[in-house]
Amino acid sequence: MIQSSRDLSRRRLLLGGAALGAGTLLTACTSNESKAPDAQIKPAEGGASAGNAAPGAKVVIGFSAPAADHGWIGAITSNAKAQAAAYSDVEFKSVEAGADAAAQRAALSTLIAQKPNVIVLLPHDGKELNAFGLEAMAAGIPVVNLDRAFPDARAYRTQIKGDNYGMGVAAATYIIAQMKAKGVSSPIIGEIPGIDSLELTQERSKGFADTLSAAGFTVQRRVPAEFTVDTGQRAASQLLQAVPRMDALWNHDDDQGIGVLAAANQAGRTEFVMVGGAGSKKAMEDIQADKSPLKATVTYSPSMASSAISLARLIGQGKGMADLVELQVPKEIVLASETITKENASTYLKLGF
Amino acid sequence: MTLSDGTGTAAAGLPAQSPPVDPAQTAAGHPRPDDLKGRRASRGGEAGESVKRNLVLVAVLVALIAIGAVTQPQLYSNSTWVWNNILSILQLASVIGVVTVGMTFVIIGGGIDLSVGAIVALAGVWATTVATQSYGAGGMVFTAITVAVAVGLINGLLISYGKLVPFIATLAMLVAARGLAAEISDKQTQMSESSLINGIAADKLLGIPLLVYILAVVAAVGWVLLNRTTFGRRTVAVGGNVEAARLAGINVKRHTMLLYGLSGLCCGIAAIMLTSQGTSAQAAMANLYELDAIAAAIIGGTLLSGGRGTIVGSLLGVIIFATITNLFAINGLSTEAQNMVKGGIIIAAVLVQQFRFKAVSQFLSRNKT
Repeated sequence: MIQSSRDLSRRRLLLGGAALGAGTLLTACTSNESKAPDAQIKPAEGGASAGNAAPGAKVVIGFSAPAADHGWIGAITSNAKAQAAAYSDVEFKSVEAGADAAAQRAALSTLIAQKPNVIVLLPHDGKELNAFGLEAMAAGIPVVNLDRAFPDARAYRTQIKGDNYGMGVAAATYIIAQMKAKGVSSPIIGEIPGIDSLELTQERSKGFADTLSAAGFTVQRRVPAEFTVDTGQRAASQLLQAVPRMDALWNHDDDQGIGVLAAANQAGRTEFVMVGGAGSKKAMEDIQADKSPLKATVTYSPSMASSAISLARLIGQGKGMADLVELQVPKEIVLASETITKENASTYLKLGF
Repeated sequence: MTLSDGTGTAAAGLPAQSPPVDPAQTAAGHPRPDDLKGRRASRGGEAGESVKRNLVLVAVLVALIAIGAVTQPQLYSNSTWVWNNILSILQLASVIGVVTVGMTFVIIGGGIDLSVGAIVALAGVWATTVATQSYGAGGMVFTAITVAVAVGLINGLLISYGKLVPFIATLAMLVAARGLAAEISDKQTQMSESSLINGIAADKLLGIPLLVYILAVVAAVGWVLLNRTTFGRRTVAVGGNVEAARLAGINVKRHTMLLYGLSGLCCGIAAIMLTSQGTSAQAAMANLYELDAIAAAIIGGTLLSGGRGTIVGSLLGVIIFATITNLFAINGLSTEAQNMVKGGIIIAAVLVQQFRFKAVSQFLSRNKT
């Protein structure tokens, strides 16, 4: 009895020691340090000619974006932070928007209390936060809406956003050109959208379908994923199964595209031309290397967050955009969706996230 | 689910009614002869019920494949394609299948684990950090398994020794583990640079993907563990009647803790598989796997209140779901319709599970006399 209990305690000691050792080892394993900071900013430098870059009156910019759940939103927040840090005359106050519109509304009220000069806001939902925009504008704080529009024009001073419909148009245009070059008259075209219930996904798909139909093409198979790698892999494996031969594929999001490419590789399928979406650094590198089916990606760049901070600073200082004639910042800016191919990937690589 | 309130009145009253039979023995299909006389519903009959239930699931599977063959005859007429499609379905089922094996044990043992998806994500992310990857594929596998088992054991500790309701404890773990995963990955997708890890999903052995072998091995080990070891008998006993199991001398608390550790182990294996499939890991991966795993176990005939369930049934549940996904994809139908069908199938399956085949035959034989 004594013997056995001693054995037990020794076993426990060994087990505990092993657990402790594994714990120490694993804690060290959470480091990601070799990852380089890769924000997309415009340095605030330049000579006397760069009038807007010269330090001016101090501007306090309040910023709020939803908690990042994937690469794009993560890049939005880090870009905004980095761009603000590039200006010596900008003070950056950020509140994370939490999980939904209600949480963001609560977070924004704490932001108001810090008396910012301008607010840059990526709302969870433009419709739900429209009232906040009206309120802030009425209180004399200009609001820069980032990407998700308020329905009411009085709710924002300036809006900067991407072009979802244009993404679909750009992707379809590239695919049509490729098919014509290859002499494929009735191509089999697949599509892997992101979360299908979102308005932005529907706009992208509409732009894609509209442009294709103008050329007499249609989308044969459409299997939605959910913007994540594993759902992309899942959707692609089933899409490839459904069409034994495919000529072209548009995948809406480069993050989920990692999974799409993995599925193509696992199925041993390389016969199609793939176009991505958003413009991640990984996708651009893949396009440059030209070893996978991914031949192009259409941008929806999170660099818009950096630009939004620059615009907010100009608004705060009462300046216009130097190259335009107008003395104030315009009301609306819609980024064009550009097509990145092997030829121009090196130019765009710095905008990849 | 009734584990944490072991002092419940219903459980306390039971030992007086039933003789103190070792529940571990009766549950495993070795009833004592004198026990048989008293109870006509012998355990052999119960096993027969589960075989019949599984046959119903096989019939559903065959029906689904038949629907596919009727709707897409040009695809199904090509035998190479059909074989590839079967492999594709099995690959689709592999990751969630491994998670479901662990989930089946937890549910049979009277608990529930809502944190499986989050554990998969945390283990995957932890295994693909730059620091972990510097130790190579072995280091990544070790990390994923250790992290997942540790999180599972923490769940178990909270539930058995902290007396938390499993639903609450694992729900809290779901939130916390996803948070930690997002923190470690800095919300970025982490690419796996290890060709060994990435090869798990891409490579085949004798024409069959390695992922399918992994699922087969995990399921086989799970089957043996549940049906041929004292661990399995104890699991059924604990899930069937906590108080009786305790009186029979089973260390219920430790056993419950180990069950959650086992679920964690399955999540760790699944994390490696999923990382390999996507050649990367991110905090948002394996989203809602807990619901898929629970649904598959329920379809497979596992009682949500514990004490009954089979590995084969759960696997059939997973494969049925994967076949539906496949069927909808090859027909180009929307996800919305697919989700509605899946919901309908869960309801139908539970109705079938409640159906007692023996009651019908008993009714018939009684009418004969």
